[in-house]
Amino acid sequence: MNIYIEFCYLAASILFVFGLKGLTHPDSARRGMLLAAAGMTAAIVGTLFNPEIVTREWIWIGLLIGGSIGAVMSIWMPMTAMPERTALSHAFGALAAALVGIAEYANHGAQMGTLKVGALGFEILLGCITFTGSLIAFGKLYGVVKGTPITFKGQNIFNMTLLAVMLGCFVYLVYDASAAAAFYIMMTLAFCFGVLLVIPIGSADMPVVMSLLNSYAGLAAAATGFVLGNNVLIIAGTLDGFSGFILSVLMCRAMNRSMKNVLFGAFGAVSETAVGAVTGTMREVSLEDVATQLAYAKHVVFVPGYGMATAQAQYAVRELANLLEGRGVGVKFGIHPVAGRMPGHMNVLLAEANVPYSLLYEMDQINPDLPQTDVAVVIGANDVVNPDARDNPRSPIAGMPIIEVDRARSVVVLKRGNGKGFSGLDNPLFFKPVTGMLYGDAKSSLTSLTQAVQEV
Amino acid sequence: MEQLVFDPRILMASLYVFALAAFLGYQIISRVPPLLHTPLMSATNALSAISVVGAIVVAGRHNESSISTWLGFIAVISASINVIGGFLITDRMLKMFKREIPAKPGDKKGNSK
Repeated sequence: MNIYIEFCYLAASILFVFGLKGLTHPDSARRGMLLAAAGMTAAIVGTLFNPEIVTREWIWIGLLIGGSIGAVMSIWMPMTAMPERTALSHAFGALAAALVGIAEYANHGAQMGTLKVGALGFEILLGCITFTGSLIAFGKLYGVVKGTPITFKGQNIFNMTLLAVMLGCFVYLVYDASAAAAFYIMMTLAFCFGVLLVIPIGSADMPVVMSLLNSYAGLAAAATGFVLGNNVLIIAGTLDGFSGFILSVLMCRAMNRSMKNVLFGAFGAVSETAVGAVTGTMREVSLEDVATQLAYAKHVVFVPGYGMATAQAQYAVRELANLLEGRGVGVKFGIHPVAGRMPGHMNVLLAEANVPYSLLYEMDQINPDLPQTDVAVVIGANDVVNPDARDNPRSPIAGMPIIEVDRARSVVVLKRGNGKGFSGLDNPLFFKPVTGMLYGDAKSSLTSLTQAVQEV
Repeated sequence: MEQLVFDPRILMASLYVFALAAFLGYQIISRVPPLLHTPLMSATNALSAISVVGAIVVAGRHNESSISTWLGFIAVISASINVIGGFLITDRMLKMFKREIPAKPGDKKGNSK
């Protein structure tokens, strides 16, 4: 054991913890990440001096290729593509952990002790499942895989059987580390299981899936640490693992659903048997009407959803909000925890459009304000403002906390067409007397609204 | 050469590290505001790319089969995508978060309260 390398790892571990601590406040976050990056550099430089290393050219080439791809991706990636990018990077991280594990086994797996091969098994299982699972999540977010849940007959039984065989191989491998067949079968099944785990999950549940995959990727890295006997891997991996876990619990709570229900519920399939359709008429409002309402309002709350991201409407919202503020209107943004496709998605988009974060309010902060709000503007959000979640105990989303826009004096819903939302549920909000529907692309509607308000 | 059989003392020490890191992680992460959840995810993602450390060793050491070297090489690429990409994009995101936007000259009331 080289003491200098170990010190590099120790320094890295400490810097990682300080780095994450920086993220507890927006003002210290950037400095924190700088510390974490310094820690990563220390860990990599230390590793390069590992006496086991005999040739370095592949390392340099690998670092160069990977680093360039990473840099290009992070510079050119638009902020609206953040969920896709994150899904993809979960896949890369998990692939790295899995490949290290496979290489370890190929090298000297047969001589491994029971506990060692057990840790290796965890690394392979988590790494492979996360790799393919994240690729499917990426596909769903990017639109190359169908966003609605993909289900087939006997799916749960099939998955359970596959899981049982996979775990059987794992147990056999721990019992007899030299059983290479068991190892490779386990690996293949883990790749398949990752796909099967994510395809039945609908796009609206992506925030939970993303958090969970984040957690698995971290735990795979931690398991690698156990295999290699390397503490910095254990620490960084565990921090990531717990971060993802906490986020997925928060996301589940924000939808009032259990993890089991998200993973195995195949949401879309359930909602088809939902209670009878809501009846009534939707009231369409004119652009000028909305502009007048906004111009003479005292308090306006914008509630963005995934529709804002798809329409790239964040800049248009910002302009309208600016104009209203200039006229003395109090403007706030109400952000639901699961709005969008990943935790914090809306916050990043609005920050990109230069909305100061002092205007961004969490669900619990904004709800008491809504009864005093003159106009609530819903931009491409649906389920997170669906009053059925609160009022109708038979609704599939019953009990999910919502942003209660229907308590505002007036509600304007910006919507592409009069179809149903992503979950396929009827939204009684659209039929309420206080609600006016403004159809059209969110971005162009907002731009026209800005012009109309100027003319009021 | 790393240990192929777990020394029970090392295993215990590793489990201690794991348990304490888990506790610490829970304490810190639960204080991160929802505002920063996306940067948090991309930051922890960059951190979990620490498997680059293992990948570097596999790619550079003397392996019995060249397949292991290749696997290590690919692992170095995919982990370093996350190291560089993860930190850069997290910083790019965090740069955008501002409490108040300075008022533009000519604005009567400024842009924020």
